[in-house]
Amino acid sequence: MSILVNEKSKVVVQGITGREGMVRTQLMKDYGTNVVAGVTPGKGGGKVHGVPVYDTVEEAWDKAGPVDVSVIFVPAALVKNAALEAIDAGVKLLVLVPDRVPIFDVLEISRCAKENGVRFVGPNTLGLVSPGKAVLGMIGGRAESAKEWFCPGDIGVSSRSGGMTSAISYYLTKAGLGQSTIIHVGGDAVVGLSHPEVMELFEKDKGTQMAVMFGEIGTTQEERVADLIEKKKFTKPLIAFIGGKAAKSGTRFSHAGAIVEGSRGSYKSKVKRLKEVGVHVVDSISDIPRIAKNLKGN
Amino acid sequence: MARLYEYQSKRLLKEAGICVPEGDVAFTPEEVREIAFRMGKPVVLKMQVWLTGRAKLGGVKFAKNAQEAENAAREMFGMKVKNYVIDKILVEEKLKIKSECFAGLVIDDSRKSPLLIFSSIGGTGIEEIARDYPDQIFQIPIDIIKGLRDYEARNIIRKVGLSGKLLTQLSDFLTKLYKVARKYDARSVEVNPLVITKDDLVYAADCHLTIDDYAVFRHPELDIEIAREFDRPPTQLEKIAYHVEEKDHRGTFYFFQMAGEIPEEEKFIGFHGAGGGGSMMSMDAVLDKGFKLANYCDTSGNPSASKVYRAAKIILSQPNIKGYFASGSGVASQEQFHSARGMVKAFHEENLEIPAVIRLGGNYEEKAIKILGTYLKGIPAKVEGYGRDDSPEFCAKRLEELTGENQAIQHKVKPIVNPNPLQDRYFFKTLTGKLFFDHKKCPECKTKGCIKACSAKILKLEKEIPVLAVSPEEAKKGKCTECLACEIYCTFHEKDAISIHLPIPGLKEYRDRIIAES
Repeated sequence: MSILVNEKSKVVVQGITGREGMVRTQLMKDYGTNVVAGVTPGKGGGKVHGVPVYDTVEEAWDKAGPVDVSVIFVPAALVKNAALEAIDAGVKLLVLVPDRVPIFDVLEISRCAKENGVRFVGPNTLGLVSPGKAVLGMIGGRAESAKEWFCPGDIGVSSRSGGMTSAISYYLTKAGLGQSTIIHVGGDAVVGLSHPEVMELFEKDKGTQMAVMFGEIGTTQEERVADLIEKKKFTKPLIAFIGGKAAKSGTRFSHAGAIVEGSRGSYKSKVKRLKEVGVHVVDSISDIPRIAKNLKGN
Repeated sequence: MARLYEYQSKRLLKEAGICVPEGDVAFTPEEVREIAFRMGKPVVLKMQVWLTGRAKLGGVKFAKNAQEAENAAREMFGMKVKNYVIDKILVEEKLKIKSECFAGLVIDDSRKSPLLIFSSIGGTGIEEIARDYPDQIFQIPIDIIKGLRDYEARNIIRKVGLSGKLLTQLSDFLTKLYKVARKYDARSVEVNPLVITKDDLVYAADCHLTIDDYAVFRHPELDIEIAREFDRPPTQLEKIAYHVEEKDHRGTFYFFQMAGEIPEEEKFIGFHGAGGGGSMMSMDAVLDKGFKLANYCDTSGNPSASKVYRAAKIILSQPNIKGYFASGSGVASQEQFHSARGMVKAFHEENLEIPAVIRLGGNYEEKAIKILGTYLKGIPAKVEGYGRDDSPEFCAKRLEELTGENQAIQHKVKPIVNPNPLQDRYFFKTLTGKLFFDHKKCPECKTKGCIKACSAKILKLEKEIPVLAVSPEEAKKGKCTECLACEIYCTFHEKDAISIHLPIPGLKEYRDRIIAES
């Protein structure tokens, strides 16, 4: 089952006439996503791959809506405005693809989203896939690749690294193990849906039997997943890989950062914490399909 | 993260109405003397480098008068401290310290809000203090829309156990500190120690702001040259690489060197990753084979072919590397043939001799691998292309085998040759370069294949000669995507009439220097 998007969800693409907007609209449409409109200020009246373009999200909602999702491809400095516009128009799920969005802009988006019951993925995300149903963002690149790499099943995949989101899913598909939902939570420190929030969604989803998580050093996402497991708020089997083992510590921002995080954020702390609560932590990505098969066998 | 020096951070605090010690930054011993003389009182000299624990490193000295200050400065300037050389000194009045507090700000990823931290115990060893006396550390999440209201700050200071004039001064300080952080997009701020003087005044005795890299573009007033965090001053080559990124946001290009001078005897290679997660895995694979990395590099996020070309040219500005390893996640969503074309152009210009293993797995990998195979036949180097079904470990093994076949081969850095002035040729500007057509050769061309090869479809035939089908302004703004397809097609299949110049500012001079030194 798809936790965030399916083939019926109505999708708007903000920044549809840009470099990425155009190519990935083609990806989404060809995959089967229900892209109903695009928005680029000043380009209203045009069409991109058969999708009507409007000047504002409100107009797109009036003429092609109601809109369930907005996928945003605008330049980084304009992402905040685009997101606030979508929230204001009533959209409840945003996918913020661009990289380099200023952190205070993300905090504002997060605040506004919270007040309006809106979820967002990213920024700096390849997007998400409900295999066989819909793609949001640019994951897969083109429909032919996405259809080959991702296949419907019951394993949820959540990753902080873009390329590795596809890699893990592809290797699972090759091993005959399909995926329920695949999400790249994004590479930044502050993101909309982080690992723990995705795990909560996977917990509620009847179509997800187990999850795979690609984590990284920095932030407290993986430790908070362990907290969820400890509180029995996530009860399904979880396989995890933590990237950045060899990275130098010393990417500490300050004493203040160290005070707040304590020892959390490091490779060691994440691995220890996850193992403590029974997560299967692997040393190599190639181990994931084998362990997933074993867990299914039980 | 773009870090500001203490003196820069203090300027911002002072501007906001926060008390900082009287003083100024100096770049020479004479300037130190002038500042100390002007102040007419005992001073403290503090080196301005991105290190903590400066006093222990000999970076803090005291002086009773201008002459002593100048003498102390002469000792300090030029002194090597860890990875830095002292070239700036902050000359300040000595404060009469009664007690030291701590104030800081970070962005809390779990609350998704700024977090202010305050403690009435500050100074050195703050992390240990925090660990041993956690109830002395107050954490204040801040509402991003409301900011920090004065009364909220007052309540915190009251709960710390302070009152009177100190209460109002400290709460005033906290509200102003948050305003500075917000105004300048600081993802972290630290004031340690926050001093209470013997006169019961509140001073920020030390301060460091770290500006969000992604917000540097909206703060030109801060004069930040490179919005990246280094634990040492950036090298010349890193600066050159950073400036490629500055105006071109099509995908990322991240580059840093991991070795100084590369000895000929050792197994150093040039590394070209794609995407953080996959690159780290690929790094592990080559490190496991005993290779050493001359550099780390990441071109991902769907970069233009021109950006990948520049990355390769920069990596190949490092002499004595024995091989070139390019690998990311192996299942990239970006169209991989752009990276392939970027590398083809670079490897040809370099007439590459060292072996290269290129794992360009993912979207359109078949086309990418075919491009590498077809167009790199003419260079001395052995170049192998791999895809998503080939593991990083397998590719690292191939590089080990290829470098093992001829251990004497090392990369020799060649000078950048600026092309002869081609003013008589038809050309148009692209986003980051210039594209030239030698129309004299075009009548003999049978296929006119450049028209079809152009992925952006911006060329047309006019009397059987290729010209722009869009305006030069549109081409320059980005309609020409710098995919390099036309140049590669014409060079290898037709008359070699197309030439794309993609300058890399500073690289010519850099390479000339490297060559002269060797």
